[in-house]
Amino acid sequence: MLSSPTVRTSLIFVAVALIGLLFADIAITASNPWRDLGNFFLGVVTPNFFSSEGLMTALLRTVAFAFVGVALGSVCGFLLSLVYRFLPVRVFCAVIRAIHELFWALIFLQFFGFHPLTGVLAIAIPYSGIFAKVYSEILDETDPEPGRLLPPGTGTIAAFLYTRIPDCWVQLRTYTAYRLECGLRSSAILGFVGLPTLGFYLESSFSQGLYSDAGAMLILFYVLIATMPLWVKPKLLPVYILGAPFFLGEGLPIVWGNVERFFTEDIVPSPLRNGEGLAGLIPWLNDLMINEAMPGIWNTVILTQIALVATGILTSLAFPLISNHFGGPVRRTSGHVFLVIARSTPEYILAYILLQLWGPSMLPAVVALALHNGGIIGHLIGRQTNGIRLRPDAPTGFNRYSWELVPRVYRSFLAFLFYRWEIIMRETAILGILGIYTLGFYVDSAIQNIRFDRAMVLILITALLNIGVDILGRYIRRKLALQTMPTC
Amino acid sequence: MALNLIRKLMVSSLFCFTAASASAETFVFTAIPDEDETKLVERFKGVADYLSKELDVDVRYIPVKSYAAAVSAFRNNQVQLAWFGGLSGVQARRLVPGSEAIAQGVEDEAFQTYFIANTSTGIESAEELSALEEDLKGKTFTFGSKGSTSGRLMPEFYIRDVFGAQPEDFFSRVGFSGNHTRTLRLVEAGTYQVGALNFQVWQKELADGNIDTDAVQVIWETPPYPDYQWTIRGDVNERFGDGFKDRVTEALLNLDDQALLESFPRSGFIPASNDDYEPIRKTAEEIGILD
Repeated sequence: MLSSPTVRTSLIFVAVALIGLLFADIAITASNPWRDLGNFFLGVVTPNFFSSEGLMTALLRTVAFAFVGVALGSVCGFLLSLVYRFLPVRVFCAVIRAIHELFWALIFLQFFGFHPLTGVLAIAIPYSGIFAKVYSEILDETDPEPGRLLPPGTGTIAAFLYTRIPDCWVQLRTYTAYRLECGLRSSAILGFVGLPTLGFYLESSFSQGLYSDAGAMLILFYVLIATMPLWVKPKLLPVYILGAPFFLGEGLPIVWGNVERFFTEDIVPSPLRNGEGLAGLIPWLNDLMINEAMPGIWNTVILTQIALVATGILTSLAFPLISNHFGGPVRRTSGHVFLVIARSTPEYILAYILLQLWGPSMLPAVVALALHNGGIIGHLIGRQTNGIRLRPDAPTGFNRYSWELVPRVYRSFLAFLFYRWEIIMRETAILGILGIYTLGFYVDSAIQNIRFDRAMVLILITALLNIGVDILGRYIRRKLALQTMPTC
Repeated sequence: MALNLIRKLMVSSLFCFTAASASAETFVFTAIPDEDETKLVERFKGVADYLSKELDVDVRYIPVKSYAAAVSAFRNNQVQLAWFGGLSGVQARRLVPGSEAIAQGVEDEAFQTYFIANTSTGIESAEELSALEEDLKGKTFTFGSKGSTSGRLMPEFYIRDVFGAQPEDFFSRVGFSGNHTRTLRLVEAGTYQVGALNFQVWQKELADGNIDTDAVQVIWETPPYPDYQWTIRGDVNERFGDGFKDRVTEALLNLDDQALLESFPRSGFIPASNDDYEPIRKTAEEIGILD
C-alpha cells in the first residue's frame, strides 16, 4: 500500500498536520461551551422571524448584491478568458482571485465607503479572476473539429460563437449557476464588515446572544439557497439582473477625491510619505515582516494544513451518508440535509458561531473549515459513488466502504482536496478578522489603526501565499495524474 | 448576449447611482460601535430625531461595524459628525484638518477603565495595579475593540507601564472581544478570566441588574483620562449654511432629554476642544498605535 504514490502523499499531509497540531492553539476556552451550544440550537428550533423589520430587506440586498456582482464578474471573466493564454493576463487573474472578497470589501470601504459599489466590486473582482480561469479551462476542452469544417473566410467571432460556445454551453451555464450560489454566500458575509446584507444582522443578533433571531436568519438563508433551482430560471435571469441594481440600497454618496487620496497617499508606505526615503523603508518593512507578516504566515499555514486534513477526514465520514450503497432512504435524506446545511453555511459564519460558543482558539476555525469543505466534497464524492455498480455478492457494511468504495473514489477525493487547498488557505487568512492570529488578524489590526500602507502589504503577502499554494496544489495534482472539474 | 448584458447593467447601475446622490444634503452622523447594536440604534435614532428638530435639516444616523469604519466614514465626508471615543477622535481629527471636538459628556472629562475578573480566579480588588502582578500573570485577558480608548488604549498603556511587558507576553491569551458589553459577558461567562472595559458601561449594566456579581467583579480602576466626544468636520458651514457648526454645538449642549442622556449614559454635554485630548494622543504614540 505504501508503494502507491497517492497513499504516500496522503500520509505526508497527515504527518504535516500532526506536527502542526503540536504548535497549534487548540482549546475550548469558554467555561460552559455546551450550554451555549445548546442555547444556540434552541434558538435555531425556535426561530423568530419578526425580530427586525430589516430582515427581509437584508435578504433582498443579499440576493441583489450576489446577482450584480456575479453578473459583472462573469462578463468580465468571460472577456478575460478569451485572452487567458497571455501570461500577464494569467498573473493578473491569479492575483485578483487570490484576494478574498472580504479583503476587497475592506479596501473599497476606505474610499467608496458605504456605497453599493463597494459590495458589487468586492464580489465582481475576485469572481472575474475565477471565472476567467475556469471559463478558459472549459473553452480549451471544446472539440476543435467543427471549427476546421468552416469555409475559409468565416469571421473569427462568428466561428467562435457557432463552433466553440455551443459545444461547452452546458458546462458554462452549470458553472455560472454554481458561482451564483457562491455569490450568495459571499454577499451574505459582506454584512460582517458593514454592508447591508444578511451578515450585518446576523452579527448583531449573534453578538447580543439573540439566538432565535440569528436562527431565523440562518433558516431563511438555507431556504434561499435550497430553493435556488425553483426561482433561478433561465427565462427570469434578465429580469433579475436588470432589477437587482435597484435593490442594492442607497448607501452614502461617493466622494471621488477619496479615491485619489487612497492611491496617492494612504497606501504609500509611511516612511516614503514622510520623506524618509529608502533608508526609512527598510526598517519599516523589517518591522512589518518580523512582527506581523511572519507570525501571520506561520499561523495561516499551520491552520490551513490541519483544516485540510480535517476536511479529508470529515469527507470520508460524510460521503456514505448520501451514498446509495448504504442505509435506507431516511438516512440518506437526513444525510442530504446535513450536507446541504454544512456546505451552504459560509465558513466565515460557521467559524463566527463556533468562536462565540467555544471561545477563541484555532479549534472553531478548523471545525468550520472542515464542516464547510467536507460538506462540499462529501456531496460530490457521495454522488460519484452512486454511479458505481457493485457485484451482487459484494461485501456490505464497513468492508464495502473500505474495500469497494474508497479505493474507487480515492483519486477524485484527493483531486477535490488539492483543488480546495488554496480555497481553504484563502478562508483561513480571512478568519483572522474574527480574532484568530492568521494573516487576516494583522490586516484587520492595520486597518483598525488606519494604517492602510501596512494593510496593503499584508494583503499582497496573503495573495502571494495563496498563489504559491495554488501552484503547489496543481503540481501535486499533475504529478499524481489527478483530474477534476472545477468546483467552488 | 454578453454585450447586451453589459449595456443593460451599465444603464441600470447608472440609474441606481444617480438616485443615490440625489439625497446628498442630509446631515449624516455615526458613532463608534462600542456597545450592543440594538442599544446604539435606539439611542442614536433618538439623537437624530432631536437634531433634526433643532437644526431643521434631515439628520440620519448610520450604524457601522468597527471603530475604523466610523473614522473612515468621517474622513471620507460620508458622515459630518461622529460620537467618537478618545482615540478614534484623535485619529479622525488628525486625518481631517479643520475638524473639531465640540462637546463631551460631563463624565468624559474624567473617564475610567475598570479591570474586571471572573470570581473563579479568586483575584481580590486592589488600589494599585502593581499589587495584582502575581495574580494576573499568565491569566487569559480580553480587551474590547482594537480601536477603543477605554477598552484597549488605556488598559494596554497601564499593563505595559506597570508590568513592563507586552500584554501578549504577560497574559497567556489576549483577545479582542469587539465591544464593552461583549467583554463583560465573556469575563462573566469565564471565557476570559480577566478583561478591561468602559466604567460607564459597567455601572449602567450594574444599575440595570444585568451583571451576575457572584461571577464577575471589578479588581482595579484606572486613574481618570478624557474620553468620548462629539467631533464635527470643519467644512459643514459651507455645505449646510453659515453658523451650522455653532448650531450643532448649541443643540448638543442643550440636550436635556433625560431618557436620551440616560441611554448614553451621560448626565449632560459640556463644551470640549481638540486640546483636551492631547494626553490620549501622547499615550497612543507611546504604545505605537499612532505614528
